Amino acid sequence: MNSFIVNLVPDNNSNVDLSSVLDTRHGPILYLEDVSVSFDGFKALNHLSLYIDAGELRCLIGPNGAGKTTLMDVITGKTRPDTGSVFFGQTIDLLELDEPAIAQAGICRKFQKPSVFDALTVFENLELALKCDKRTWPTLFHRLNEEQRDRIHSVLQTIGLPELVKQPAGILSHGQKQWLEIGMLLMQEPKVMLVDEPIAGMTHQEVERTAELLLSLQGKHSIVVVEHDMEFVRSIARKVTVLHEGSVLTEGTMDEVQNDPRVIQVYLGG
Amino acid sequence: MYKSWWVNDKTGSAVMLTLVAVTLIIPVCNLLSPVDSPLHFSAYTVSLLGKYITFALLGLSLDLVWGYAGILVLGQGAFFALGGYAMGMYLMRQIGNRGVYGDPLLPDFMVFLSWKELPWYWLGFDHFWFAMLMVVLAPGILAFVFGWLAFRSRVTGVYLSIITQALTYALLLAFFRNEMGFGGNNGLTDFKDILGFNIQSENVRSMLLMLSGVSLITAFMVCRWLVNTKLGRVVTAIRDQESRVRFLGYRVEMFKLWLFVFAAMLAGIAGALYVPQVGIINPSEFSPLNSLEIVIWVAIGGRGTLVGAIIGAILVNYSKTVLTGLLPEIWLFTLGAVFILVTLLLPDGIVGLLRRYRKEQSA
Repeated sequence: MNSFIVNLVPDNNSNVDLSSVLDTRHGPILYLEDVSVSFDGFKALNHLSLYIDAGELRCLIGPNGAGKTTLMDVITGKTRPDTGSVFFGQTIDLLELDEPAIAQAGICRKFQKPSVFDALTVFENLELALKCDKRTWPTLFHRLNEEQRDRIHSVLQTIGLPELVKQPAGILSHGQKQWLEIGMLLMQEPKVMLVDEPIAGMTHQEVERTAELLLSLQGKHSIVVVEHDMEFVRSIARKVTVLHEGSVLTEGTMDEVQNDPRVIQVYLGG
Repeated sequence: MYKSWWVNDKTGSAVMLTLVAVTLIIPVCNLLSPVDSPLHFSAYTVSLLGKYITFALLGLSLDLVWGYAGILVLGQGAFFALGGYAMGMYLMRQIGNRGVYGDPLLPDFMVFLSWKELPWYWLGFDHFWFAMLMVVLAPGILAFVFGWLAFRSRVTGVYLSIITQALTYALLLAFFRNEMGFGGNNGLTDFKDILGFNIQSENVRSMLLMLSGVSLITAFMVCRWLVNTKLGRVVTAIRDQESRVRFLGYRVEMFKLWLFVFAAMLAGIAGALYVPQVGIINPSEFSPLNSLEIVIWVAIGGRGTLVGAIIGAILVNYSKTVLTGLLPEIWLFTLGAVFILVTLLLPDGIVGLLRRYRKEQSA
């Protein structure tokens, strides 16, 4: 694999468009191989290997402390693994990039705890997420063009918040903040979406709409969903990966996974 | 959608109009009325007002980094002092051979130290344009180097505040040393001319007041525009959730650095306007206490409102002038008490109070 590696050490102010280098001809868009992370001796990830295909919708489940959030931290550059390799397509070594570079390359994340910008309006939150040149001077002189404005309004429709457009995000309900975060994810037009617990705090109808939305996005985007709600996972998942103690326990369809004796043991603590 | 922002800032517009009035009326009155007329403002009053206005500009620069980017800089006074020193060096060169020792080349303090030639870093300060360049470059470069190191290593919060405090303290100690060549603890003083005009003359004083007013108004407009650009919104987002902004693809450290350097340059300009009006610059301007006072002005006026920094700076300094004249020993206690009360009762300062009052009026 080493022969494919393009050395992409980012210089700090450059905006290399990594999407042009992204090579997914072999199928997978994310390669994690033999990744280990430990915090003060606790192995959060333990020789984990995982492959996500281009356009795939994958669900990650596992008991608390299985390493789901750490896994997302590693992919998005928040946490550096002790060992292992993480590749985006065939050529982009994510371990050489920092968080903004990874985000610009097209891997975006919705956080477990909704982390929208309370002081800004719903519109401004989406505007900040908009995919465009994110260096300082272009940001200073940035003006939204018609197309970008339309894009924001269409995302507002999708997430069902058009009448709250001028409200500060701080006054939104928990569920609305979740939607806004999903909207911010859409604004970034990512190749890979990492979605951490999207339906926490949502009503039954909102959950259904979230499921519909995620299903409609697969194919165009690769989506990794971490969720505890098994009902929800069943409703969207083609393929489920079960994490346990920092490594992959098993993979398969929801039925296969749920009937796997090891999974039952892990969840019931037998 | 963003068209209405300048209309919304009523307090800001009111303060700006007052400033225009003050900086226009006083010089015109002084020009037209005889010295003994009640409409004639003394040179002391004119310089005092000019000083308040430069402090307001300094407060504005701090509010930009602290109020909007959430970087609590406890060393903003260092940039102010550097700008002041750059101006002071120009004014020193204008003295020429009129110093006490009458040396045609060297300032008095260098003759006193029996130096034979001008240190290299004094070269160029004979030229006004060069000195003005240094007024923004010296603070700008210091802020750039400091910010580059601090923000890239992700030093934030109280740690950053302490380091900025240490920075200004280190500069204080350095400028105290005679060998530094900036006049040691006496600093730079005994200025004679600015651009060929007598610096003591009433007209020059009035001009300096007007210039300070124009600078403050311009800086305020630029800052108000700045915080309403997308960059301003990114910076606000950084203040509230720094790491989240990184995951949107913004290089947080570059945005902080940009704003930090810009604010340092504003502080430098304030310092350069301050020095000719008070007639002296010495190392005490680097004192950490001065930088803490700037924070208090901004907190009292209302953090993150821009206009609050101006109101706070002028109000606190006016009280300081009055109180230190009446009861000098209670000033620091009063300031401390007011700061605590404002923090407890008025978290958004005076401007926050005004806005709340206006909202209740309209409701």
